Amino acid sequence: MRVKLQHVAHARSGDKGDISNIAVFAYEPEFYPLIKEQLTGERLKSFYNGAIKGQVIRYLADNIDALNFVCHGALGGGVSRSLCLDNYGKALSAAILGFEIDVPDSLRSKLRGQDLL
Amino acid sequence: MKKTIRIGAGAAWWGDRVEPAKLNADKGSLDYLCFETMAEATVSAAQVRARRDPTFQGYDTYLDDRMQAVLPGCMKQGTKIISNQGWINPNAAAERVVHWLKHLGYKGIKVAAVNGSLITDKAILLTEKILENNQPTRNLKDTLISAEAYLGAEPIVEALRNGAHIVITGRVADPSIFMAPMMYEFNWDPLDAKRLGQGMGIGHLMECGAQVTGGYFSDPGFKDVPDPWNFGFPIAEVSEDGTAVLSKVEGTGGAINLQTVKEQMLYEVHDPANYLTPDVVVDFTTAQLRELGPNRVEVKNISGKTRTSTLKVSMGCTEGFIGEDMFFYAGPGALRRAELAKKILTERFRIVNLQAEEIRIDFLGINAIHGPATPKDAPEPYEIAVRVAARTLTREEAIKVGREVDGIAVSGIAHTGKRVPHADRTREVIGVWSSLVAREAVPTSIKYFES
Repeated sequence: MRVKLQHVAHARSGDKGDISNIAVFAYEPEFYPLIKEQLTGERLKSFYNGAIKGQVIRYLADNIDALNFVCHGALGGGVSRSLCLDNYGKALSAAILGFEIDVPDSLRSKLRGQDLL
Repeated sequence: MKKTIRIGAGAAWWGDRVEPAKLNADKGSLDYLCFETMAEATVSAAQVRARRDPTFQGYDTYLDDRMQAVLPGCMKQGTKIISNQGWINPNAAAERVVHWLKHLGYKGIKVAAVNGSLITDKAILLTEKILENNQPTRNLKDTLISAEAYLGAEPIVEALRNGAHIVITGRVADPSIFMAPMMYEFNWDPLDAKRLGQGMGIGHLMECGAQVTGGYFSDPGFKDVPDPWNFGFPIAEVSEDGTAVLSKVEGTGGAINLQTVKEQMLYEVHDPANYLTPDVVVDFTTAQLRELGPNRVEVKNISGKTRTSTLKVSMGCTEGFIGEDMFFYAGPGALRRAELAKKILTERFRIVNLQAEEIRIDFLGINAIHGPATPKDAPEPYEIAVRVAARTLTREEAIKVGREVDGIAVSGIAHTGKRVPHADRTREVIGVWSSLVAREAVPTSIKYFES
């Protein structure tokens, strides 16, 4: 089945200058290989559709079932220069929760937000 | 018996709540209460304000509130305080703390002020390249407002060894504020990368306060936490090897679980195996987390690598102005009217010859936050705010943004909702650049005061 990332992972973004790091955390260990395989740096960058101007580097934190995407040029030139209302990019991590991901039907009962499936 | 110490958070930023800090002071059974009150641009903004406002003391504007709230609890329990509320004037902040100690009747308490992080005068000489763009830092000499080096934990440890009960600093790396007590109490060697790595990792989890206790976490239906109007700030119970159990005061809202800790572990981190700090290079990829019970998570085995030979320098520069304003549409056809408004503003900015580095006209409700990342099939909202912003070199140009929005009031479109323009719709841009400075080029000095 194909579901939005929000059912398998949670996310948080942080700022440093013009770089936003968008970290994605699997809710369950079984979900981690799925997002590791399907949510590559290139796919994340293209999902943001131009909102991330520079390169995206993906780091793995296998010990906590997490991916950390370091997105250059994501904060409008830097927090203090940005014309975006959300100049820290605090809400930037929410967008990736709409990324669609394939999940084996057998894991259906483990998905979060069952009401919204 | 094995020694452990309890370190509590008192603030994660300047505007943070005071009441959970008081709760930690009163009920946290703390050995240390640590405050982090600075953002990237805090020092530059303070410098700008100090130039214009002779009454501004140069330290945390909430220092009085915070100290009045926590000093009684801390003094009663013997809790020491470490805080970066000194901003650009740690000495004045320390004197103010002494004032409150005396006022509350606590005599003979030693307060230390750690100075040395401000290096504005010599920053251009001491640094070479701007990290963000590889240009020479001397390009910044005409616009530089302030430069500060991120100090590590060592001067705080020195102050504690010299008997300080309260240590006030200027810029110190945020996690170092929380790691310093571990170094002092467990007598860690400043070059013991293994222990400092674990300690700084815990400091990193603590420095954003309620962000690790569920305060930046709730997502209804997916991630729910109890009583998100009553968050407790975190407490770390740290053992001699740096292993820590994170908890919070009983009865507070929020949550500490594997998810809240993981999210905070990577917050503002780039390479999780190489998180650079003044004291150690932290490696989070070896960390082990374990839920011991409700709102109790054990964190161990974060590792570290030898610290680098340089310190990070943050350089704040004047870079012009931003003008911005907002107006509103609702009901059937709101988006059509918003689109016409955007067209009108674009034409008006051309007519008045707005000189801007960048102009942005957003529809709040559609694309103001995620911009081009907004899905193409996002539904049209019932209400829309048109938000316009421009970055300019002069204030005169920035003012044009609000003036053209004023014009829309009667020379615009049907059903335009508008605010009365009472507030200043321009603000100064302080750009922040980074560089590196040799560690030994930034000497620190500590001044002691007593109540």
